[in-house]
Amino acid sequence: MKLQSMNVETLAQKVMNQEPLFILDVRNEQAFSDWKIEGKSVENINVPYMTLLDGVDPLIEKLPKDKRIVVVCAKEGTSVFIGDMLVEAGLKDVHYLKGGMSSWSDHIEPVKIGDLSSGGEVYQFVRIGKGCLSYMIISNNEAIIIDPIRTIDPFIAFADKMNAKIIHVVDTHLHADHISGARNIREQTGATYWLPAQDAEEVTFSFEHLEEGRNDLTFNNSNVDIKIMYSPGHTIGSTSLIIDHTYFFTGDILFIDSIGRPDLAGEAGEWAFDLRSTLYNTYQDVAKEVTVLPAHFGTIEELNNNGSVAKTFDEILERNTSMNIKDTEQFHALVSENLPEQPNSFVDIRQTNMGKVTPTSEEQHEMEIGPNRCAING
Amino acid sequence: MKSTKIVDAKGLSCPMPIVRAKMAMDELQSGDILEVHTTDKGSQADLVAWADSGGHILEKELNEDDVFKFWIKKA
Repeated sequence: MKLQSMNVETLAQKVMNQEPLFILDVRNEQAFSDWKIEGKSVENINVPYMTLLDGVDPLIEKLPKDKRIVVVCAKEGTSVFIGDMLVEAGLKDVHYLKGGMSSWSDHIEPVKIGDLSSGGEVYQFVRIGKGCLSYMIISNNEAIIIDPIRTIDPFIAFADKMNAKIIHVVDTHLHADHISGARNIREQTGATYWLPAQDAEEVTFSFEHLEEGRNDLTFNNSNVDIKIMYSPGHTIGSTSLIIDHTYFFTGDILFIDSIGRPDLAGEAGEWAFDLRSTLYNTYQDVAKEVTVLPAHFGTIEELNNNGSVAKTFDEILERNTSMNIKDTEQFHALVSENLPEQPNSFVDIRQTNMGKVTPTSEEQHEMEIGPNRCAING
Repeated sequence: MKSTKIVDAKGLSCPMPIVRAKMAMDELQSGDILEVHTTDKGSQADLVAWADSGGHILEKELNEDDVFKFWIKKA
């Protein structure tokens, strides 16, 4: 049988449905250790193609004979090259990932989180390759989007399909790991763009200030409670939302098993105090039964069985070790010392999100490739 | 640096820059210098990894007008 292609949509479905998958990643070791396809049912081995130029014979014995093999590289040229060699060597069921890790980085899947009490639904858009989570709340033919990623077509298409007009688009903070799609959504739909003013001192465009006490971030056609809560720490402006008293959008402040890092705008020391105060004071007043919906997942272990990333606040308080550090100094040390590597191009991404630079679409795509690295694990 | 051979892989994408480099290197003697030119960003790290995996030594690399140039000494 000839080499077959597999697109990222099919691969994402398999990962989220936890179908067994065998992936042969032929990128170099560094690229693989930085970032790879992960899933509870995924077996992923790395054999850099540079070691296979004399032939795939040494590799054949490492590969399962009775399983489908998906060959993956950065774009796709190399996985076609190696895939063809495997087929020639007699393997029967070999696929290559169309568009490679580059397409994997951009792919998003919508998953329903739950219903609103007065009618309507909450959807999560899982960018599975990079760990970004965006949201769409729909009620009575209107939609509000929270933390949209750069590739906005899936949001526009989904709102169309649900027969909803996008009226507000919100960034919970100025993102450093990915380029916000909010301004483009505003341009295409006329939606109002909300951003915390304290993160936006240098921005070059107009926006509504996302701040506590405002009561005009609402649906027009229905009465859904939207509470804005100032929650600094990851950035000085970071703001959380509680919608319908049930859905707690924590941005990059609180994740399922980790918390936001305070250093991506160069202020780790000072913002560590804010982060502590937000997590250990402000957040403690939130009802424990709400569903926490963060802007990222850190590891694939955080995905629920339906592919969503959401847990009750109660459960997070119990399992997230960073929420259980009694000693303030110990907490400070955790969030300001020995921090993990920063996200790729995070300075350029911040500049782009402020509107100070306008990279081409291809450049924006390149800037974002790789893991998100916004979290600190306690 | 005096190169024994130059591989022009400009405009080619993965895996061709590495394939070309490998074919050229196979014809060289130990201690010879292979010079590789590529415009494919992804190939940079791959060339370094390939040189490493064969025990070759990366003597020098530079970026001139978006052309990445490498000088690799054969093991």
